[in-house]
Amino acid sequence: MGLFKFLKEKFGKKKEEQSVEASKEQKSLDKYDKGLEKSRKNFSNKLEELTKRYKEVNDDYFSDLEEILIEADCGVNFTLKIIEDLLDYSNEKDIKDPKAINESLVDRMFLNYVKEGSNIKNELSFENLPEVLVMVGVNGVGKTTTIAKLAKRYISKGKKVLLVAADTFRAGAKEQLTVWAGRLGIDIVSGNDNEDPASVAYKGVSKGLADKADLIIVDTAGRLQNKKNLMDELKKVSKVINKLINREPECFLVIDATTGQNGVLQAAAFKELINVTGIVITKMDGTSKGGIILAIREELGIPVRFIGLGEGFDDLEEFDLDKYLYGLCSGLIKDE
Amino acid sequence: MAFEALQEKFSRVIKSLKGQSKLTEKNMDDMLKEVRIALLEADVNYKVVREFINSVKEKALGERVFDKLNPSEMVVKIVRDELVELLGSDNCTLNYNKNKPTIILLVGLQGSGKTTTCAKLANLMKYKLKKKVLMAACDVYRPAAVDQLAQLANQINVDLVNMGTKVDPVEIAKKAKEKAYNDHYDVLLIDTAGRLQIDEKLMDELKNIKREIGPEEILLLTDAMAGQDSVNVATKFNELLGLTGVIMSKMDGDSRGGAALSIAHVTGVPIKFIGVGEKINELDIFYPDRMAERILGMGDVLTLIDKVEQNIDEKEAKKSMNKMMEGTFTLDDMLAQMKQVQKLGSLGGLMKLIPGMPKVSPEQLEKAEKDMKEFEVIINSMTYEERMHPEILKNSRKTRIARGSGKTNADINRVLKRYESAKEMMKQMKNRSKKGGPGFNPNMFR
Repeated sequence: MGLFKFLKEKFGKKKEEQSVEASKEQKSLDKYDKGLEKSRKNFSNKLEELTKRYKEVNDDYFSDLEEILIEADCGVNFTLKIIEDLLDYSNEKDIKDPKAINESLVDRMFLNYVKEGSNIKNELSFENLPEVLVMVGVNGVGKTTTIAKLAKRYISKGKKVLLVAADTFRAGAKEQLTVWAGRLGIDIVSGNDNEDPASVAYKGVSKGLADKADLIIVDTAGRLQNKKNLMDELKKVSKVINKLINREPECFLVIDATTGQNGVLQAAAFKELINVTGIVITKMDGTSKGGIILAIREELGIPVRFIGLGEGFDDLEEFDLDKYLYGLCSGLIKDE
Repeated sequence: MAFEALQEKFSRVIKSLKGQSKLTEKNMDDMLKEVRIALLEADVNYKVVREFINSVKEKALGERVFDKLNPSEMVVKIVRDELVELLGSDNCTLNYNKNKPTIILLVGLQGSGKTTTCAKLANLMKYKLKKKVLMAACDVYRPAAVDQLAQLANQINVDLVNMGTKVDPVEIAKKAKEKAYNDHYDVLLIDTAGRLQIDEKLMDELKNIKREIGPEEILLLTDAMAGQDSVNVATKFNELLGLTGVIMSKMDGDSRGGAALSIAHVTGVPIKFIGVGEKINELDIFYPDRMAERILGMGDVLTLIDKVEQNIDEKEAKKSMNKMMEGTFTLDDMLAQMKQVQKLGSLGGLMKLIPGMPKVSPEQLEKAEKDMKEFEVIINSMTYEERMHPEILKNSRKTRIARGSGKTNADINRVLKRYESAKEMMKQMKNRSKKGGPGFNPNMFR
């Protein structure tokens, strides 16, 4: 079954149902719809335009297609390969209808995602308590804000959450997290300026263990992935926590959706060093691109677990591929 | 460093071209194809790439490169010139007022580096340009943004207008302007909250600040890692506010920074500064020609020289130079030299500026820096006499030093070995300069 049909069947009819579950689903779907508005305009609306402009696909069509993909930050290699495959497909099967080509394009783009995505649990499991989550990422991606949003999410699920401010480098970082802890009414452990982050993490997790917290979220300083000494520091943080809880902590890499091809390098570098268990994509609402989601999955196989679809406290959604695709392609789907 | 990968790519393309005796339209197309992919991979905007490739091709054909002696070099030259053109061909500095405060407004998306850059600019203006600088904290939305700027202001000893987070940013800006005029500051730097270019309410706030205080410069912060969207961001900010310049942050990452090319090209707004590290003094002026040459693997000698001039203590350097010439080079001298080099910022950043050096791996660089620190610890554990006359160091002394510095005898030997080879190099340089040849051989880096 083509992806379009699948999505249409899954989401197209939901509106008649009235149950609480269903209305919650619809609300979440609406968030995706709104958060991905810009991306949709850039991606599916452009594809749609293309099908209107061309009766039959030809070289110009494929070159336009290439432009759309690259402009969505899908990555050069990824794009060139997919275009080549489509060309072969078009020639072999003698398919010249732009709509059919586009459908095949979307199928191809998300094939790997669909194949591997079914058994991934986005939510933290809380199988072993306390759950410890380390947040990492380059500078300015929104780590601290995301922590606040995640904390809120789990507080409202009745969990006892503790924040640990292990960003002892950037001016104002611990103050920023302290403000959030205050607003959320939860405890925070923070270190002194320039204190070894591993020692702050140690103190924080120890307190969490003593206080019987359900979830301990550790904030770390932003670091560019090519700064080896800073990356090693992260390894130490992870090691210290490992010693305290006798297992690897969860570790989310936060990536800004407006990042270009460097996003893949970021994910690769962090993954090489520490056990990154998930990715959080932030600022998705602000960009018309976000092809980086595809590129990362394609090259590294780290699942995206949460996605920031707006600036509000509740706009951090669990990543749901089907909803994401629906939000991205709904224009194309409704058109059928 | 940014652009490095692009630089490598170009080098490879150019090398493959060098082998060919004759450039034809066909193999030029191959070359341009590589250039195109390299630029796209560097996040240069798709449309900009297309224009770039077309204009390079046109020029190459127009100048009849096929008839020239070194057609491939001609193409390289054209690519370079076009790159410079694309990056903006002016050496852009800020415009300072003569008799009244110059007001600079920093704007941009969330997380692009406004607050850090605000402090870096203040630091540069205060200590390098000797200006009297005032900063204003107008980011009242992000928790603790004001605290962040306050801490930085304290660190660099610059005055700050801090009215907390309960006041309208437009009011803060107005108050800051008043203070800048009353107290005769040369520069007022205004930090604002990050915002999406499509957030009408917050964009209106910026428009209001602009209208109320009439800044001389409105600088947009963009992230060197930004993708294809950076052009839209810059275009929108420019449309609504009329930008006078761009500052590109996080250039010390390994992103290729193609956004720099796109933004300059599409908006025509010049890039004025680049952020090259997390330390407060790691802000550089942007030079399009240097950057283009860096892309092409020619190295960035001018930036290197600037850096050296800024940081090297001339007296120190002369002293050790004289000592070198006298042939009395001691362990202390070696340490002093190492410290001079360390002052230039991280060794990694420096090495990349030297032409022909990109083959040094990050691991090697890191090792070199680690060595320096280790050497310092060891040398500091020696007595004055030992440092002046390292030849007296025998086993028992070495064991004592090893214990004192927490190292092993092997580590001490490593220091001594390095010292011997440094001394040997000094001797050679001395001899060369005696013969009247150049004391410093630029080819030693090739």
